[in-house]
Amino acid sequence: MLSSLYASFSLRRNAVDAFRVNVIHARQQVRSPVTNIARTSFFHVKRSNIWLAAVTKQNVNAAMVFEFLYKMCDVMAAYFGKISEENIKNNFVLIYELLDEILDFGYPQNSETGALKTFITQQGIKSQTKEEQSQITSQVTGQIGWRREGIKYRRNELFLDVLESVNLLMSPQGQVLSAHVSGRVVMKSYLSGMPECKFGMNDKIVIEKQGKGTADETGKSGKQSIAIDDCTFHQCVRLSKFDSERSISFIPPDGEFELMRYRTTKDIILPFRVIPLVREVGRTKLEVKVVIKSNFKPSLLAQKIEVRIPTPLNTSGVQVICMKGKAKYKASENAIVWKIKRMAGMKESQISAEIELLPTNDKKKWARPPISMNFEVPFAPSGLKVRYLKVFEPKLNYSDHDVIKWVRYIGRSGIYETRC
Amino acid sequence: MTDSKYFTTTKKGEIFELKAELNSDKKEKKKEAVKKVIASMTVGKDVSALFPDVVNCMQTDNLELKKLVYLYLMNYAKSQPDMAIMAVNTFVKDCEDPNPLIRALAVRTMGCIRVDKITEYLCEPLRKCLKDEDPYVRKTAAVCVAKLHDINAQLVEDQGFLDTLKDLISDSNPMVVANAVAALSEIAESHPSSNLLDLNPQSINKLLTALNECTEWGQIFILDCLANYMPKDDREAQSICERVTPRLSHANSAVVLSAVKVLMKFMEMLSKDLDYYGTLLKKLAPPLVTLLSAEPELQYVALRNINLIVQKRPEILKHEMKVFFVKYNDPIYVKLEKLDIMIRLASQANIAQVLAELKEYATEVDVDFVRKAVRAIGRCAIKVEQSAERCVSTLLDLIQTKVNYVVQEAIVVIKDIFRKYPNKYESVIATLCENLDSLDEPEARAAMIWIVGEYAERIDNADELLESFLEGFHDESTQVQLQLLTAIVKLFLKKPTETQELVQQVLSLATQDSDNPDLRDRGYIYWRLLSTDPVAAKEVVLAEKPLISEETDLIEPTLLDELICYIGTLASVYHKPPSAFVEGGRGVVHKSLPPRTASSESTESPETAPAGAPSGDQPDVIPAQGDLLGDLLNLDLGPPVSGPPLAASSIQMGAVDLLGGGLDSLIGDTNFGVPPAAAAAPARLGAPISSGLSDLFDLTSGVGTLSGSYVAPKAVWLPAMKAKGLEISGTFTRQVGSISMDLQLTNKALQVMTDFAIQFNRNSFGLAPAAPLQVHAPLSPNQTVEISLPLNTVGSVMKMEPLNNLQVAVKNNIDVFYFSTLYPLHVLFVEDGKMDRQMFLATWKDIPNENEAQFQIRDCPLNTEAASGKLQSSNIFTIAKRNVEGQDMLYQSLKLTNGIWVLAELRIQPGNPSFMLSLKCRAPEVSQHVYQAYETILKN
Repeated sequence: MLSSLYASFSLRRNAVDAFRVNVIHARQQVRSPVTNIARTSFFHVKRSNIWLAAVTKQNVNAAMVFEFLYKMCDVMAAYFGKISEENIKNNFVLIYELLDEILDFGYPQNSETGALKTFITQQGIKSQTKEEQSQITSQVTGQIGWRREGIKYRRNELFLDVLESVNLLMSPQGQVLSAHVSGRVVMKSYLSGMPECKFGMNDKIVIEKQGKGTADETGKSGKQSIAIDDCTFHQCVRLSKFDSERSISFIPPDGEFELMRYRTTKDIILPFRVIPLVREVGRTKLEVKVVIKSNFKPSLLAQKIEVRIPTPLNTSGVQVICMKGKAKYKASENAIVWKIKRMAGMKESQISAEIELLPTNDKKKWARPPISMNFEVPFAPSGLKVRYLKVFEPKLNYSDHDVIKWVRYIGRSGIYETRC
Repeated sequence: MTDSKYFTTTKKGEIFELKAELNSDKKEKKKEAVKKVIASMTVGKDVSALFPDVVNCMQTDNLELKKLVYLYLMNYAKSQPDMAIMAVNTFVKDCEDPNPLIRALAVRTMGCIRVDKITEYLCEPLRKCLKDEDPYVRKTAAVCVAKLHDINAQLVEDQGFLDTLKDLISDSNPMVVANAVAALSEIAESHPSSNLLDLNPQSINKLLTALNECTEWGQIFILDCLANYMPKDDREAQSICERVTPRLSHANSAVVLSAVKVLMKFMEMLSKDLDYYGTLLKKLAPPLVTLLSAEPELQYVALRNINLIVQKRPEILKHEMKVFFVKYNDPIYVKLEKLDIMIRLASQANIAQVLAELKEYATEVDVDFVRKAVRAIGRCAIKVEQSAERCVSTLLDLIQTKVNYVVQEAIVVIKDIFRKYPNKYESVIATLCENLDSLDEPEARAAMIWIVGEYAERIDNADELLESFLEGFHDESTQVQLQLLTAIVKLFLKKPTETQELVQQVLSLATQDSDNPDLRDRGYIYWRLLSTDPVAAKEVVLAEKPLISEETDLIEPTLLDELICYIGTLASVYHKPPSAFVEGGRGVVHKSLPPRTASSESTESPETAPAGAPSGDQPDVIPAQGDLLGDLLNLDLGPPVSGPPLAASSIQMGAVDLLGGGLDSLIGDTNFGVPPAAAAAPARLGAPISSGLSDLFDLTSGVGTLSGSYVAPKAVWLPAMKAKGLEISGTFTRQVGSISMDLQLTNKALQVMTDFAIQFNRNSFGLAPAAPLQVHAPLSPNQTVEISLPLNTVGSVMKMEPLNNLQVAVKNNIDVFYFSTLYPLHVLFVEDGKMDRQMFLATWKDIPNENEAQFQIRDCPLNTEAASGKLQSSNIFTIAKRNVEGQDMLYQSLKLTNGIWVLAELRIQPGNPSFMLSLKCRAPEVSQHVYQAYETILKN
């Protein structure tokens, strides 16, 4: 294992050693992402087998440190792909250079990859004219640090992806213990100039506000609107405007970025329902029957369906019968994994398994982990709909109609569990 | 091209080879060589020998090479200060380079070279860069001032950089503003006294404007800085809050948390009646919940902070219980924190769900988590009475699993449930006893022993059970030994005939064979009690126990308020003030929440907290005197009773101290006869805690002065052991219409004490200090000072239990200490408490009969006149006197400071020392205390 490079350069080496001995090589599982060793605090995050650590002796803003470490990972990934030992060794000079730019005396500076890429490249600094240099500095420090001037595209195009992950915890009796959707709106923009964008969705608050003007519309649109519990935005969005008018307006960074994140808990469409039945037959046998029901329009197709049924540690053999897809007992994962490629809405499918157990004298009962499920559906389980995305660029001569826009909805399973 | 090859050169003549390459003419080769040097440096090899050669490469117009050389310089300049001077020239030159990137790079690197000689040369270029035309250079220079200050603070001040930095707060570029704020905040932290960040409404306005425009990191700096500002009134606080709330929708969690910090702090100044206050509360919940969908490390930071917020303002998240449900694959640190918050949010409305969850968790794998879940079930039972039954049955189910640590944890919590609901769930004792043998943890053993002792009369074989523990008495932990001693004494008192031998055995084990002073002392006390006065022993040992509080592990209110000021930072993660983990003088300035301003005070409802005092939303965490006493006699088991962990751990010590001084003389007499003074001991236990035996006898001589009401002798309120050497004793007096608290402060520590201050928690009659506590000179060791603190009754009101309980916080330069005391009600009897006769009659009839309370005052040798005179001097006025069938009937009235009238009928039969007292009052809860006041006045 390689302790991250930059810790060694911001603090003395013995701090790195202390961290290695006490955290990385500690026998126990990590009990906290913040460790205090001899009045020195260590923050760490782990990416595959790389530990990124930040060190301080002061009462620093802990949330900022973690946000920074994640950002650091994003920036590194944007420059050289996966964060692995190999890649870090291959790019250590670049990492030094990046750190030098995004962190000064412990203060995070600009960490937007788009802006960084204008003057830090793997090949070092390109020779620049004087205008270019001052343009870079004004951009890095300016109000719109995420976008440079003078971008041109022959075809103005934008892609909106509404990506949702639906989370569920259900009791064996089918009672919803908790359910929420955490969604992201990811935008890929290929737009010329400094376009001013306005994004609209079927947010209940907005629609009700508008509905007051035209009374007849409320009946229609009221049903389709959704209640958003909370949302957060990319730094390009004018938050004060959102706070006062609830309108989402911004000048987007070039290329791909996450416009917003949101969370809903009301009126969620649960794409699948899992009905488990576990019966203990004597001390050495378990009978499991699981039914899954799809609950969406029959014309839509769910994909990549996977049901994971946990089995006890002392399982000796499993016989499975399923009507659809393939199921296999994976001893190393202590689970029966049932995969179905595609499934239309309003269908149901069933699997039954007989699990043979080895007799044990372990007093402790099997903890019965929940049955979990993975899937992908072509709609947004929260019910979110994009109503419009308007683009204005006053200086260049293209209008909103000239922009080609694509919208796609993908609903995925987050932690989708049913207790059994 | 990959860089990894640089790590692989490990040949012997490496340094020599590198030297040659560094001096090569070819640029590419030079660059390669420097990269190799840096690689060696990174893995910890010493390449300082190459210093001159590397520095030679500095003069280049290739930026990449320059950056590499700078990197090397930063690492080795400190070890080669003389050589580092060689680099100065290039730095100075680079600071004037036409390329702003190079100017910034030079000034940034120079700041990182921590060599005194270099810093001198740095000043001029830095001054220029601070006023550079390019914002990128300015923002880098701003940070450089902080770096320089870290190396040589004096130099920065002498050169006037601080003023330049202050000017940058008004810079047109948002990032420059943000960095200047960050630098100034850091410098200000090491100079707590200086007025560096002199924030005023104008500068705040500038910061709020910059907040909308700068990067996410800059927003964090600005918000953290704003949190240190103290708005002048509630309106300013509100307008800042309004401009900060949009930040709650930022994608960066740190921005959100810092905004929460500002809001939580300034909210303190807003009146609760304000519509905006409610709106703000509603706005805070969703972003806090959203933080829980962040990466696990951030979730952890967020949860630690939510834990604080929930304690400070439970109303924010009370409907959000479900989001804290534990997910199967949450990391363990997230699970444990969620569980903690779940218990805090548990209420009658959601208890069913919570219990179902907790039961689920108790079957998980991680031992710590399971233990905490089991404990949580017990805490739910204590917190929500309606759920107690279900909790107990859940715990019994868990005990049936026979998983060792689950059983032990369950027994520990069941003990607490027994204390909260006595005589309700004894049916489960049998099940508990079955598991006696599997208990191997001291806490569980002690809990089990307590249960056996407490319910000895219902357990047939209690003596056998306890005897079985006695065999290994010396191998047990102190906790178990103490508990065993008490349990056996209880058993003896309940079943004296069968257990005499057992009690003898345990007493001799405790007193003769043990070298633990706590155990020995307690053994002696019991022995003495039992041998002198078994009835008193019974009253003491089997006394009714005070109820335990619902909340546990609460953070003590002043610390909580301080931590709220540190939301988002490490202090809020550790739940410790920065002074606990930061070295040196930095960051030890105590922060506190802003007090409510005058304009909002008037609109405040009685429930809101008075300025600066522990917030009234908190359940009181100050252990009442009664608790201390109860603990001595019955319970050593950790902190379920109350409050701050610190106090809890000292309870046992403090309790022994209660009896301290005076008993030395008893125990000094080792032949165990009945020394004359011993008889007084049980009586003393009931009396207010006094410092020594002499005080006890003083009681009789303490006669009230004629001009004022009766004054009790001073009693020790805060023993020195609990307050780091400060001993406080005191009493309450009322003289010509004014109440005062006469205090005696004794310094029993070795250091001088200064900076005394005092504060009361809200109390039933609104008692509050009328003037600050004035100790004119520092209190040197062993010195005692007497102070009379005038009191008024215009403070905030909150009903206390008991009614006359007063919780006091005293601060000095060492720490803040808490204690509580009971004030005699007669200090509240006002001078104009004489009611008109007609009025009296009408009122007496008017008050319903169920409000009448009757008491008997025994052993009072006074005659009618003397009694009436004595009462009169304490402002209990006799309105009429009648003689009915040989009895003197005195009709009396008195008025409390809050305007409550109490009417009394005192019946005195000449020759009979027992008086009958009937009290009528519209607020019947005061009757008991008025009776006590009568008794105190009449008997002294």
